[in-house]
This record gives sequence, C-alpha cells and structure tokens, in this order.
Amino acid sequence: MEIQNMSKDEEIEKLLESVKNITSKKSDWEFKDSFKPQYTTGKGLNRKVVEEISDIKNEPDWMRRIRLKALEIFEAKPVPTWGPDLSGIDWENISYYNKPGDSNTNSWDDVPEMIKDTFQKLGIPEMEQKYLAGSVAQYESEGVYHSLRKVWEDKGVVFMDLDSAIREHPDLVKQYFCKAVPITDNKFAALNGAVWSGGSFLYVPKGVHIDMPLQTYFRMNNEGTGQFEHTIVVADEGSSVHYIEGCTAPRWDKNSLHSAIVEIYVNKNAKARYTSVQNWSKSVYNMPTKRAWVEENGQMEWVGGSLGSKVTMLYPSSYLRGPHASASNLNISLAGPGTVKDTGAKALHFAPYTTSKIVAKSISIEDGKAIYRGLLRINKGAVESKSHVQCDALLINDESASYTFPHDEIYEPTATFGHEASVGKIGTEELTYLRSRGLSEDEASSMIVLGFLDDVMREIPMEFAIEMNRLIKMEMSKMGAVG
Amino acid sequence: MGIMTELIIKNLSARVEGKEILRDVNLTVRGGEIHALMGPNGAGKSTLGNVLIGHPNYEITGGSIKLDGVELVGKYPEERARAGLYLAFQSPVAIPGVKLSAFLRTAYKNLHPEEKLSVNDFYKLVSSHLKKVGLDESFMSRSVNDGFSGGERKRLEILQMVILRPKIIVLDEIDSGLDVDALGLISDEILQFFNDQTAFLIVTHYQRILKRIDPQFVHVLMNGKIAKEGDRELALRIENEGYDWIRGN
Ligand SMILES: Nc1ncnc2c1ncn2[C@@H]1O[C@H](COP(=O)(O)OP(=O)(O)OP(=O)(O)O)[C@@H](O)[C@H]1O
Ligand SMILES: [Mg+2]
Repeated sequence: MEIQNMSKDEEIEKLLESVKNITSKKSDWEFKDSFKPQYTTGKGLNRKVVEEISDIKNEPDWMRRIRLKALEIFEAKPVPTWGPDLSGIDWENISYYNKPGDSNTNSWDDVPEMIKDTFQKLGIPEMEQKYLAGSVAQYESEGVYHSLRKVWEDKGVVFMDLDSAIREHPDLVKQYFCKAVPITDNKFAALNGAVWSGGSFLYVPKGVHIDMPLQTYFRMNNEGTGQFEHTIVVADEGSSVHYIEGCTAPRWDKNSLHSAIVEIYVNKNAKARYTSVQNWSKSVYNMPTKRAWVEENGQMEWVGGSLGSKVTMLYPSSYLRGPHASASNLNISLAGPGTVKDTGAKALHFAPYTTSKIVAKSISIEDGKAIYRGLLRINKGAVESKSHVQCDALLINDESASYTFPHDEIYEPTATFGHEASVGKIGTEELTYLRSRGLSEDEASSMIVLGFLDDVMREIPMEFAIEMNRLIKMEMSKMGAVG
Repeated sequence: MGIMTELIIKNLSARVEGKEILRDVNLTVRGGEIHALMGPNGAGKSTLGNVLIGHPNYEITGGSIKLDGVELVGKYPEERARAGLYLAFQSPVAIPGVKLSAFLRTAYKNLHPEEKLSVNDFYKLVSSHLKKVGLDESFMSRSVNDGFSGGERKRLEILQMVILRPKIIVLDEIDSGLDVDALGLISDEILQFFNDQTAFLIVTHYQRILKRIDPQFVHVLMNGKIAKEGDRELALRIENEGYDWIRGN
C-alpha cells in the first residue's frame, strides 16, 4: 500500500469526522430578514420599467440603447421548451429591479445594519479577511459593498460592481460588455440585457498574477423578485486570476427568477478560474448564461456547484479561439426532491491544438431530476484538437433517475474526443451492506458521496463538499430513512 | 461467567414485501459450534441472514433474536455488527467509489474503538490476509466489490470477516462461485479464525464445503420453517436423496 493511498484514506477519515460534526446544524442561509428595498420598479416588465432602471442608474446612452434593443429581443423570443418546464415563471408578477438603498461602500460599517447582519450571518466579512484578495457583495439588484486589497489596486487591478465600473472605467467596460454573450443569444440573456443590474467587473492587467481569490456574493431576500446581475472578468495577457461566486436566498412561496450573464475573457497566455457555488432556495428559477472566450494558449477553468434552486439551466461554454487554448469544466449538480438540474457544458473549438475537458457529476434524490446536456463542437481547421467528456451520476434512493444528452459536432478529421459515463447508487442494498459492517447510516452515505466526488475532491472547495453532504443528509432524513 | 457467545433465535417470523417468508424459526448457535443451514431454493435461508443483520426490507412479525442476552430485534444493522454479528452475503453488492481500504478501516475503527492500530499496521494486517484469501494488494485501492468477479466477492467477504473479527458469523453460500483452490484457501481462513468464542452458521447446498468445515449441527429450512435437524449424516443424506423425503414427512 503506497503512502499516497494511506494519506488519502486519512483524509477521508477526517472528512467523515467533519461531516459528522456538521450534521446537526440547520441550514443557515434560509433565514430571511425584513429589509424592504428603498425603491422598486414594481411588478412586471415593459419599456417604461427599462427606461426607469436606466434613469436611476444615470447611465451612458449606449447602455440605454442596448437595454431597449434587448427588451425587444426578449419580447420576440419564445420561452424555450426543449428543456425543463418553465411555466412556473410568473413573468408578470416579478419585480425586475429592487434597489436596496443608496450606499455602495467599501466599508462594512457603512452597509445598512440589516443587510450587514445578513452578510455576517453568511460569514462573508470573515471570509474576506482570511482568504480573499477582494470582495463584492450584492443585495437584491445592487452591489452594496466592494473592496480590493491595496497591493492589487496598486497593480492596476479593477474589481467592483459593474455599475460602478461603468462610471469609473467606461471605455474598458464598453470594450467587453455583451461581446462574448450577445443580447441575441437567448431569451434569458436578452432579459438580462434589458434589466441587468449589479454583477461584478474584474480586470486583471497584463502579467499580473493574483494569488488569492476574489469573490462576489449574491443575496436575494424578497420573494417574487428577479436578480439580473452581469459579470465580466478579464484576464489580460499572461495574467492569472481565480474568481468565486456564491449565492443564496431564503425559501419563499412565490417563485423568483435569477438570470445572470457571466462573460470571461482569457487573453493570450492568461489563466482564469471561475468557481461558483449556487445555493438558491427551491423557489428560484436559475437561468444564467455563462461564456468564456479563450485566446491563444489561454486556460479557462470552470468549477461549478449547483446545490439549490427549483430549476437550473446552466451550460457554461468555452469558445476556444486561439491555438493551444484550453478549457476545463467541472460541474457538480445536486437535484433535490422536486427540483430539476439541467446542466452541462459547451466547448467550441475554433482553433488548432485546442483542448477541452468536461467532468459533470450529478446527484439526484427522490424525484429530483439531474440532466446532463452538453455540446461539443470541433470546427474544420481546429487540427489535432482534443476533448474528453465524463458524466457520472449518483442516484440516492432506488427510484431516482438521471439523463444525459451529449451532442457532438465534429468537423475536423484530426480531432479526437471521447465520452465516459457511470451511474452509482445510494440504495438500500448499498447502505445496508456498509452498515452491516459497523458503519452508521451517516457514515455509509457520506462514504458513498465522498467516493463519488473522489476524483474531483481536490478541485472543489472543502466547505462545498461538506455542505453538499449535509444537504444530501437533510434530504434523506426528510424522506424518512433510506435504509 | 466468562466471555460467552450465544445467539438464540426464538419463534422468529418475518415478511418481505408483505409476504410471510419465515415462520416460527428456532435456532441456537453457541461459541465453538459450527452449524450448517440447508434447504431448497427459496426456502428462506438468505432471508434469515438478512433478518439477522437488520436489513430494512425485511419486517420481523414476531419472535426474538438474542445475542449474549441482548435483544437485537429493533436494532440498526450497525448496532448488530457491534454486537458481533456478521453476514457474508450471498450476492455482495458493488459500491462504486467507496474504496476498500477506507471502508475497512472505518468499519474496523467502529467495531474495535479500543484498539489503536496505526494506519500502517492496519494496512499490513489487511495485506497479509488479502494474500491468504488469494487477492493481491491492488484490491485495497479498488471500490468495494466493484468490478469484482463472483469468486473475488466471496473472498472479500471472508477477508472482511477476518479483519473485523465478529463472533456470530453467517456464511451465505460462501462456497458458490469459488474455484477448487479458492475453496481450499477460504476454508483454511475460516478454520483458522474459528475458536470457542466464535460460531458459524454455514448456508450451503453442497457437501464440498462441509467436508472441509465439519458441522456438528445441520438444520433444514423448508418453506420458512425448520423442517429437520440432525448432524452431518443429515447433510449427506440430502446430498444423495434431495429434500423430497423430508417434505414427505
Ligand atoms: N426483497 C424481496 N422481495 C420479494 N420477495 C423476496 C425478497 N427477498 C426474498 N424474497 C422471496 O423470499 C423467498 C425466500 O428467499 P431467500 O432468498 O431467503 O431463499 P433462499 O433459501 O436463500 O434460496 P437460495 O437457496 O436460492 O439462495 C423467495 O421466494 C424469494 O423470492
Ligand atoms: Mg439464498
């Protein structure tokens, strides 16, 4: 037995310990606070609402024109029917813009008390102090806080909410806004183009390597609202950066809509990693459009965890535009009872010697539906390009199911690609087997979950794995013992 | 009273999917004893094993299972394991992703919390027994039963038994699917493990294992009931004549 294997087992033991300690903790993001937005455009969406948002933001003309054009496109495009049922989105009853207050500050002391409390409960200021190079906090439609360590500011890094960035760096923003994700892309991207508010703008200048992650945390608090942030990350030539997003919302009765745009530009020889952990409550339709443009020898890494929401449709895509550009995509989805995760990835190879690697792991509980939907396109001329797709599913409960819909368009004969798929189960037989050897039900299910995540454990934040485990256990105990 | 090992099954009845499978089963197994449990396909032998370990799909409708005086009915499978009960499954399930070494160590630590065996020593122990059941070390980093051949699964059941050191052991058709050499290896492991504090209930259809591991008691389960009891002569007669003569009684 090699040492490496042994230390790995010890790691698993430690994880099991931490998982045990955390099980009794109640979900700690589902609290609501009673904060009422200072201003809202009210229910429904029309030209007036869009103009109102634009007026409030006092933004440049070009942006106003994009919004109005986007609204037309949004209205013209039908709701997609090729995926999950979206009929629960109550378009007329959503408040599309909700402004929490006037302040957007770089000191937590100046954040309104109730909002500050909320972020404190979520552990954001603490995390910022310990691990982050910079932090943005968004509440409903607007950023309420942003900070960036001075070392990085001095090196020319820009990190703030997009609204502030448009005021402070208009030319830089204009260069990238809706280039990778045009407003014509899909109905939800068009919606975002029309009513977007908040989101982050991160610019890393040439050759700058930021060794700590930067994070934006999104919080929705009121029911029946929409959150439409637009985030742009630019890793300029030869730079490197790790950007993290987290999001939560309390549980409501009325459905809400979250429809973000994330655009990432990985320039020549640059490296960007984008990690997002989505933990929306089960009343949120989560329909973001995320895309990266990767130039010559650039590296894009997507790491995503979809834990919450009612319906999520998310397929982060990488456009490999320059030779030797690469993208890796790791997505972990948890489809709890009554929820749908229609997730996957897209890799489009436009240039020679480009590589993509997609690993998708899904866990479905009860009637929770986990669907992998992917697109791999290798264009003619993208010689010697390579791609590998791996889809693993874990079914908790003997009746759960998972589906995979990969779609390949390969036009280059020298390209190589492969698919792999596996299905595991936490069924009665598996649990009973482990328990009959002395493992508790908790240990048995954790062991299976950790085993399932084993090959990606190093890539995902530890807290994420633990949180995921906790959620699975919560769901399992709600079902009444599986075993 | 010194250490004892005693499993007393009294008037045990059980259901699966609403169907009565075991009716009024009585069986006592003590440390130092080897019992054989025989009976036609579908008689309820595996059901008995599953009921003993507390498999949640099996519902006990009456009776009791006492191990060293402690009632097991109503207890979780892990509690029964801690009490010293072990079932080598007829068809061990594969558990992808759960690595054998990590699983075994967790199980071992749960069952023997007082023993502070270092990770290193534990692996040495497992390695040496892997060899004895004819599996190589690479199995340690494989997932439990995942991709194992039928015979390899059986060997692993015995390996786990030796490492976890239970007291009352039910071997459900441990001999099926084993090649002749493996049967020899496995029988040796079983006999080496056997002492006056352990007891075996060997579920089998064949003489070939009973020739190696000689049972003092033979029970025949038919239609969920103990239909006949005796010594090894009974097993021999079944081998030659089948079960019809018992049915005829
Ligand atoms: N989970 C289950 N659902 C439905 N019926 C079951 C289940 N488990 C067992 N049974 C039924 O109970 C009866 C006894 O099965 P059991 O597996 O205990 O037989 P056995 O004596 O071990 O037979 P064999 O010698 O073939 O292994 C069979 O009729 C079987 O079909
Ligand atoms: Mg059987």
